[in-house]
Amino acid sequence: MFGLYESAFGALTWGNIVMIIIGGILLYLGISRKMEPLLLVPIGFGVILVNLPLGELMSSVINGQPVESYAVGGEPTGVISRIFHYGLAWEIIPVFIFLGLGAMTDFGPLIANPKTLILGAGAQFGVYFAFFIALLLGFTITEAASIGIIGGADGPTTIYLTNRLAPHFIGATAVAAYTYMALVPIIQPPIIKLLTTKQEREIFMKPQLRPVSNTEKILFPLIAAVVIILLVPKSAPLIGMFMLGNLLAVSGVTDRLAESAANALMNVLTVLLGLCVGCFMSADNFLKLDSLLVFALGIVAFATSTAFGVGLAKLMNLFTKEKINPMIGAAGVSAVPMAARVVQRMGQQANPRNFLLMHAMGPNIAGVIGTATAAGIFLGMLG
Amino acid sequence: MAQEIVEVPITGKVISVEVKVGDEVQEGDVICVIESMKMENPILAPVAGKITEIKVSTEQTVESGNTIAIIEY
Repeated sequence: MFGLYESAFGALTWGNIVMIIIGGILLYLGISRKMEPLLLVPIGFGVILVNLPLGELMSSVINGQPVESYAVGGEPTGVISRIFHYGLAWEIIPVFIFLGLGAMTDFGPLIANPKTLILGAGAQFGVYFAFFIALLLGFTITEAASIGIIGGADGPTTIYLTNRLAPHFIGATAVAAYTYMALVPIIQPPIIKLLTTKQEREIFMKPQLRPVSNTEKILFPLIAAVVIILLVPKSAPLIGMFMLGNLLAVSGVTDRLAESAANALMNVLTVLLGLCVGCFMSADNFLKLDSLLVFALGIVAFATSTAFGVGLAKLMNLFTKEKINPMIGAAGVSAVPMAARVVQRMGQQANPRNFLLMHAMGPNIAGVIGTATAAGIFLGMLG
Repeated sequence: MAQEIVEVPITGKVISVEVKVGDEVQEGDVICVIESMKMENPILAPVAGKITEIKVSTEQTVESGNTIAIIEY
């Protein structure tokens, strides 16, 4: 049968139209401005898809009633809600993304300059700052933890923690975390500029770090996994997979596995994850007070993490003879490698001799460990 | 005239060389782009001057410390 009554035009709401425009903006930023296209293109397209009514991409059944969106505790029936349910809610995708991240990570800068570990830890203060703000605003303690973790700028960790503590917020926190990760090049520079002088941004750091031996590279993921998991047992799934992925890359005998984890597996998971996150941004899911508040608090968390990272780097400069460029503290949020890339670009703008990438990768990688550990601490206390 | 040696800051592959011998460059101009850690990293001129030597070419794998170019200023 053909006819207008079969189309979805009549079901289109103003909310859908607003969200389709937002999806279009995300696509524009990804494609035309080349801002984190691997994240923004699938997310933006997902936003548009899910806001075309009657597609049933995220539909589910709860208490025998079919609903248009993903229902926590219900049975997923749409194709994307199934991927979301079995991939994300069952925590499969986040941990395998950590395997791929580990295979893509070079711990060399962190091993060569271990004091950058402090910067990665310092940037986690934003997580706790936003956690307390969320508590003050009346969110429950588990919801506040899920909101705070957005400050770590680590999508898989945010999804992992929210799913355990406040599953009804998983869409809002995941969307916030991934959106802010993708928007790192827009969000971080004004905060960094506000907190640093031109002279501080010009501080030159020698590009070469000390060479790191293969033995050190092999021992690091093993020792780090054992120590961190013994300290924070609930971080085991994320930290364990992260360190395994890295061991595959540095062992020298599992190149094929590392190659697959870092490329093919990671690419597949990125598409699935991006699409799922985008498809969570339906108008009825996203355009409501709670979700918008989570989104707003997410940027507070992210901005304060950046600020604390820069502040801690400046503090370290008071006690060290060889000054560090305080911008590398901003890379302590774990958006790898976006935050390090922002610092690298700003460092070059301030002083063309500067090449801060390797220096920023230390806190950046430490930030991943820090956020996963912060999530483990929340889980240990509240899970 | 003083010379400035521009060195490779990070091991990687040269994906483009943006200047040639004899070119005048300004501080901050892109000399070449090195791909490393899955990122394209522009290498900038640290001073304004004239390119007198270029030691890298496109597709070449380079290691940190290698000379990219010499600028007279």
